[in-house]
Amino acid sequence: MLSASQISFERYFAPVFQPVSFDLEAGRLLLITGANGCGKTTLIRVLAGILHPTSGKLENRAHGMAYVGHYLAIKDDLSVIENLRFMRDFIGTSARDVDDVIGEVGLGRVAEQLARTLSAGQRKRCALARLLLTENELWLLDEPYSNLDQEGVELVDSMLNRHLEDGGGCILATHGAHRPAWRGTHDFHLVSGAAA
Amino acid sequence: MNPEYTAGSLSGAFAALVRRDLLLAFRRRTELLFPVIFLLVVISLFPLGIGPSPQLLARIAPGVIWIAALLATVISLDALFRSDFEDGTLEQFVISGHPLTLIALAKIATHWLVAGLPIVLLSPLLALWMNLPLESLSVMVVTLALGTPILSLIGSIGVGLTISLKRGGQLLSLLVFPLYVPILIIATAAVMAASDGLPYVQFLGLLTAGLITSVTLAPFAAAAALKISLS
Repeated sequence: MLSASQISFERYFAPVFQPVSFDLEAGRLLLITGANGCGKTTLIRVLAGILHPTSGKLENRAHGMAYVGHYLAIKDDLSVIENLRFMRDFIGTSARDVDDVIGEVGLGRVAEQLARTLSAGQRKRCALARLLLTENELWLLDEPYSNLDQEGVELVDSMLNRHLEDGGGCILATHGAHRPAWRGTHDFHLVSGAAA
Repeated sequence: MNPEYTAGSLSGAFAALVRRDLLLAFRRRTELLFPVIFLLVVISLFPLGIGPSPQLLARIAPGVIWIAALLATVISLDALFRSDFEDGTLEQFVISGHPLTLIALAKIATHWLVAGLPIVLLSPLLALWMNLPLESLSVMVVTLALGTPILSLIGSIGVGLTISLKRGGQLLSLLVFPLYVPILIIATAAVMAASDGLPYVQFLGLLTAGLITSVTLAPFAAAAALKISLS
């Protein structure tokens, strides 16, 4: 689905992380762990195609890609439902009913509220709802558990399990407080700096 | 992005983006009104500052209205991409697989609808305030209708380049004002020629050519600038 060979990324001529190679197949979860500042977010952004790798080869064969990062891409002046409706119309591939998705992530009660009134955890749920909204084979999740309560963490895990059972793939970066339980998990420990 | 993967329809994405930006502009009405009020205040200060001599006001009217329009546009430009850049929406646009050029064009079009069109609609009133003769009033409106989209288009390149800077707005004005000079010269020349009873169609032709050129090229440049700013 996504394969990387010897990917590296330099910022101000200094490599951010040691070269990365992997091959992600359908139904697999690649769990990127590492200390704060080791380049997890940068790596995910490279994999998403927002940044271009300095060297190495990245091959993306996925049908559709969804990314939830630190910036949640939620407009404060739109309601939850308007935010999601826009994303659905914008992406435009076969989409699910927005109300169903909102119910699924537990935002039914606040669907009509402006996003500026939501808590950090609710905003995160709203961003995660995008994953369910359109069909995306590959999920790129950067710290999806941050700001979420116990119920929210379980929600992410169940969304993830269903996605992987359906033959999707996922790359998830976390600093490691919670790790999803999925039998097809590859661990990848990211190390900052140049190749050893 | 997978090169073989095709995202949803482009026209659907374009329409969704324009609709969302108009809705956002409506929700932030005060921001929307600020450039217009600024324009009205600047223009109404001129008779106070230089005296209400009708001939003098009519003489400087084209330049004053156009310079005020430039300033009002630059004030509103920074909002063009900033909120999308800061809240991560721009990243989502890149990942969506839709061409960034089209996204930039949709955002520029909305910017003009929100910031440029009110100037065009207000301009007859402004021209009357400045005692511009009626025969050149229509030319004034036409130059603004042709010229303000160019301001949005050229400005979008500057915004794309300065968006990642904390206080990019100040640099932005330095960057785009020199590029606005030709438009200012051509547009005011057209109105002055009309006031003097001289032919002015050639100036409108030049403005139209400028509009066509910038519509064709500026979205590409803005998209390239945004890509640089994202990395």
